[in-house]
Amino acid sequence: MRKIAIYGKGGIGKSTTTQNTVAGLVEMGRKVMVVGCDPKADSTRLLLGGLAQRSVLDTLREEGEDVDLEDIRSQGFCNALCVESGGPEPGVGCAGRGIITSINMLEQLGAYEDKVGLDYVFYDVLGDVVCGGFAMPIREGKAEEIYIVCSGEMMAMYAANNICKGIVKFAQTGVVRLGGLICNSRNVDRERDLIEAFAEKLGTQMIHFVPRDNDVQRAEINRKTVIEWNAEAPQADEYRALAKAIENNKKLVIPKPLPIEALEALLMEYGLFN
Amino acid sequence: MLDLATPTISERSALKINPAKTCQPIGAMYAALGIHSCMPHSHGSQGCCAYHRSHLTRHFKEPVAATTSSFTEGASVFGGMANLQQALINIFSIYNPEVVAVHTTCLSEVIGDDIPTIIKKAREEGKIPEGKTVIHANTPSFVGSNVTGYSNMCVGIVNYLAEKSGESTEAINIFPGWLDPSDMRELKRLAEELGVKYTLCPDTSDVLDLPQTGVYEMYPKGGTPVEAIKRMGDAIKTVALGEFTAHAAAQKLNDKCGVPFEALDAPIGLTNTDLYIDALRRIAEVDVPASIDAERGRLLDVIQDIGQYFHEVPVAIFGDPDHVVAMTRFAIELGLKPKYIFSGATGRAFENRVHAILDGRFPDAIVKQQGDLFELHERIKADPVKLILGNTYGKHIGRAENIPLVRFGFPILDRVGHRLFPTVGYRGAMHLVEKISDALLDQRDRTCPEEWFELVQ
Repeated sequence: MRKIAIYGKGGIGKSTTTQNTVAGLVEMGRKVMVVGCDPKADSTRLLLGGLAQRSVLDTLREEGEDVDLEDIRSQGFCNALCVESGGPEPGVGCAGRGIITSINMLEQLGAYEDKVGLDYVFYDVLGDVVCGGFAMPIREGKAEEIYIVCSGEMMAMYAANNICKGIVKFAQTGVVRLGGLICNSRNVDRERDLIEAFAEKLGTQMIHFVPRDNDVQRAEINRKTVIEWNAEAPQADEYRALAKAIENNKKLVIPKPLPIEALEALLMEYGLFN
Repeated sequence: MLDLATPTISERSALKINPAKTCQPIGAMYAALGIHSCMPHSHGSQGCCAYHRSHLTRHFKEPVAATTSSFTEGASVFGGMANLQQALINIFSIYNPEVVAVHTTCLSEVIGDDIPTIIKKAREEGKIPEGKTVIHANTPSFVGSNVTGYSNMCVGIVNYLAEKSGESTEAINIFPGWLDPSDMRELKRLAEELGVKYTLCPDTSDVLDLPQTGVYEMYPKGGTPVEAIKRMGDAIKTVALGEFTAHAAAQKLNDKCGVPFEALDAPIGLTNTDLYIDALRRIAEVDVPASIDAERGRLLDVIQDIGQYFHEVPVAIFGDPDHVVAMTRFAIELGLKPKYIFSGATGRAFENRVHAILDGRFPDAIVKQQGDLFELHERIKADPVKLILGNTYGKHIGRAENIPLVRFGFPILDRVGHRLFPTVGYRGAMHLVEKISDALLDQRDRTCPEEWFELVQ
């Protein structure tokens, strides 16, 4: 079983990219579980067709500690298994602890056991690795591969660099490695070159360049992944290509985060002097 | 005393009053003390550690040494790695144990400290001396109870230490569950009487029931040695005594080293002891010696002699789940009538287990997980019992309602017997029969009408 976590700056398209990529994998016949680690619980909407699924923590709150796997796990597109960790309302409680609780509960309930026959588990994690809770998916070998979704915008790259620092912390003693950057294009000038150069400096690769295409939004309005909404769309092939690239990826590294000056210089080189 | 309890049962969904349980780390600390030369370490702020130590001391009346990461505001914000690493340096240089058993607290759990990573880093950086061991268990107190913490530490012990070399030890592993040192001593005596080779882990006898010698030893001779725990992976089988405190460790050992296990209840009472003896006998292929048969016979004899006074006596049983489950079965064997069976344990498993033992014969019995003593009191006020079996926290109800309390389980903060005499095995059962019959007959002698006051019973 490949255990993959997706990180990246807030709003960069982690959930959209994860679900569309998972759609590519399940279409290829892989057995995949997606664990949404975002208190907003919106990581599996496209795979489930918008069904408001009860999150692990809501279930815990309403039913107490006697939770069954069926209460929290639903089947989506092509039998993709979907779990939403959920969490507290904005401004209260501790979302990080919520993630620790949900992942522990999934383990206890046997969601990862061999008999489930999973080929992949994807953790879709909110924003930056801001505290111990948000690092949970990369602790103790829970996720072994990280992909960071970013774009050619400064703040997205800054966030990606920061996430790499988190990975280094856990990679030194554990098994977690960086698998690559997924460029979710914002149509920034020379974006592909910039992210490729950035990836190289980090010691990793740009595993795929996902071009900007409004079909993604159209599919989202229909509560579907692009592959499900229109299997023939060119963008569907992009996600298939990304799924295939992840399937075949052997390049797993401990990243080398950049000092902030180097990051700024990179942006100048590709952003200004074109 | 406790005047606010009324005979009406108030429906409460959010509030617990005097819950029948305590903190996870207390259990982890107690389990860790069952490893030879082990320093329990509390990864959190100082108050946790101080409370857990003193609570154990109040029960065992022995000094309990434990260390703490001493979290401050800074550690809560930046994570407790620096504190734990410094603690490990200090502990090994000042107190020099063989093992440090780290358990977490609510605070370190909420901030998400990753203990395995911290331990690995400390080892890589040479902060843990060569040949010394550091293990850990996660014990967030907002989940489960003291028994969960005990169980988690037992799993941690197996997880870090047990190995499989392939060369059989021909021994049987015994996970005793949460029992007193006197009980562990009795489990070992029975195994030795049977002539069985065994490893008991954890083992707090000769750690928390020390003779007075005038000399303080931080690491007394008792406790399961690390070498012995390592070899548990080469045993022929494991016997785990208690669903809530022992089975998880046995399962872990099975998963890790392929040692199969038999899952029993705590050997309290006749049947539960029979099952323990029988398991050892079958696994080791030995005959039960006449001495054990005779012990069993004496227990049967005393139950027959005194049983008329137990018949249909309504009883409330409360405390930690493994104790309550085993005691419920024993109470039925004695002819008592279980009426309220409460545990602070969380989860349907407790209620299911007790209902399986009651087997439909006591349709009025009320079985409750996540129970609290306020509700127990309300129910007793509404429909009384004649006997309470539980820990010291039952003494308020006993006094308010004039019902005798026979103390058993954890904690017993106000009596001494538990430190000296076991409750497990046939001898332990005899001891319990004596305590229960004394309590019932003393009460009868104190309160019965004069014409019923008998010299001979």
